[in-house]
Amino acid sequence: MGTNTSQHISQQFEAELQDIRSRVLAMGGLVEQQVADALSALMTGDAELARKVIIQDTQVNTMEILIDEECVQIIALRQPTAGDLRLVTAIFKTITDLERIGDEAQSIAQRALNLAVADRPKKNYRELSTLGNHARGMLRDALNAFARLDVDAALSIAKEDSARDDEYESIIRQLMTYMMEDPRSISNVMDLIWSARSIERIGDHAHNLCEYVIYLVEGMDVRHLSVEKMKEVLDRD
Amino acid sequence: MEAVKQQAAPTARAIDIGSMQRGSKLNMANEDICLQVKDFNLFYGKKQALHNINMSIAKNRVTAFIGPSGCGKSTLLRCFNRMNDLIDSVNINGEMLLDGNNLNGPSVNVADLRRQVGMVFQKPNPFPKSIYENVAYGLRLQGVNDRATLDNVVEKSLKAAALWDEVKDRLNESAMGMSGGQQQRLVIARAIAIEPEVLLLDEPASALDPLSTLKIEELIYELKDKYTIVIVTHNMQQAARVSDYTAFMYMGELIEFGATEELFTKPTKKQTEDYITGRYG
Repeated sequence: MGTNTSQHISQQFEAELQDIRSRVLAMGGLVEQQVADALSALMTGDAELARKVIIQDTQVNTMEILIDEECVQIIALRQPTAGDLRLVTAIFKTITDLERIGDEAQSIAQRALNLAVADRPKKNYRELSTLGNHARGMLRDALNAFARLDVDAALSIAKEDSARDDEYESIIRQLMTYMMEDPRSISNVMDLIWSARSIERIGDHAHNLCEYVIYLVEGMDVRHLSVEKMKEVLDRD
Repeated sequence: MEAVKQQAAPTARAIDIGSMQRGSKLNMANEDICLQVKDFNLFYGKKQALHNINMSIAKNRVTAFIGPSGCGKSTLLRCFNRMNDLIDSVNINGEMLLDGNNLNGPSVNVADLRRQVGMVFQKPNPFPKSIYENVAYGLRLQGVNDRATLDNVVEKSLKAAALWDEVKDRLNESAMGMSGGQQQRLVIARAIAIEPEVLLLDEPASALDPLSTLKIEELIYELKDKYTIVIVTHNMQQAARVSDYTAFMYMGELIEFGATEELFTKPTKKQTEDYITGRYG
């Protein structure tokens, strides 16, 4: 099926669709930066950076509302169909997930703020940093897949998600042993656990973004399917 | 706590997920077929207007033909009750079957065929007679003159066309005094008074205002329980709203034909996508 590269007869409509697409990418860029900054604040104990992330979350929220409005306008005034309709619905969903990623970044920044004034044993952060880099990578790749309408990329990112889930489980187990060893560390380690949870959620949202890319390009709804099933559905078509 | 539970109970209704199905619920394989078109070609003189059309029209469903002007959709529609017979230069080959019988066959009586396959045009064309006589006209042609029968059919047809309440007190007034939207519904009442099997609608709402258009669409929705409806429309949103199946035609060819839900969300052909999204081909 693929997406359509020919131009609309209505230049205005063409411009409107271009505009929401680029706005989504701009929002994605901002969210990506928020995640990067939140993780960096967490790893380095940079309270200043953490505060910046918390404050900037309102920008993400505002962008969600604006893009939402624009999508509603397009539906009301243009009655999009086929690929155009899928673009608008995919964007509706994409921005919801992006906004939630923004919330997770804000939440990581909040934990980073708590942890900035605590003891910072290196061993607590090593694995978390790896998990964070993976989630960041997934988000970046998912946004690229959206920009390039790249179904293959979307599929391989979705596959990555399950590997990351395992990483998350092992971090939680490790952090629990730290708590058992030294009950005084519980409140700090809890902040780390919550951060790990947020990072894991960012990966899940990135996975969702990939599903929307597949829907947008192929017209296939692959939500709640295993990666193998996703492939099957796509091959069948 | 107990009170809260009691209040919450009625809202916690079980949702029947089994009845919610992904994708389109319609599939031509499960339909009774009313009209069938096989390898059908039509020429106006030397110019070929329909190219090798193959399609099935499902019984008691609404099938919409869409496509740019001159794509052959009205020509194809008119073949279903042989309106093209009236044009000398028209030549056809291929088959067109109504309930399995060739409707171009030598033994077919065209008047009977048109009784089975009724047609409504773009511009409402009531006869310059009373509202009552417009609807009774077809029956009178068939020789029915019994007042009680006619009264009954007129009322039933006007009710089916959602017009009864608006005209029941002025059945003997001229149909020419009605609004465009009412006239079009009157014409539909006239068409269904003789109980056809198929209703062909050629742009039935294009000359009407948005509210009258919605009434016609609502009417189509109700009529499909009893009739097989084929509609030609330039208004794609209308095709999307009223039809179960949609056929996209272009330059005399049937490009894509399928369940309306699918065709408007994920057409398989680029030409279809270009047309319904309003792009240059």
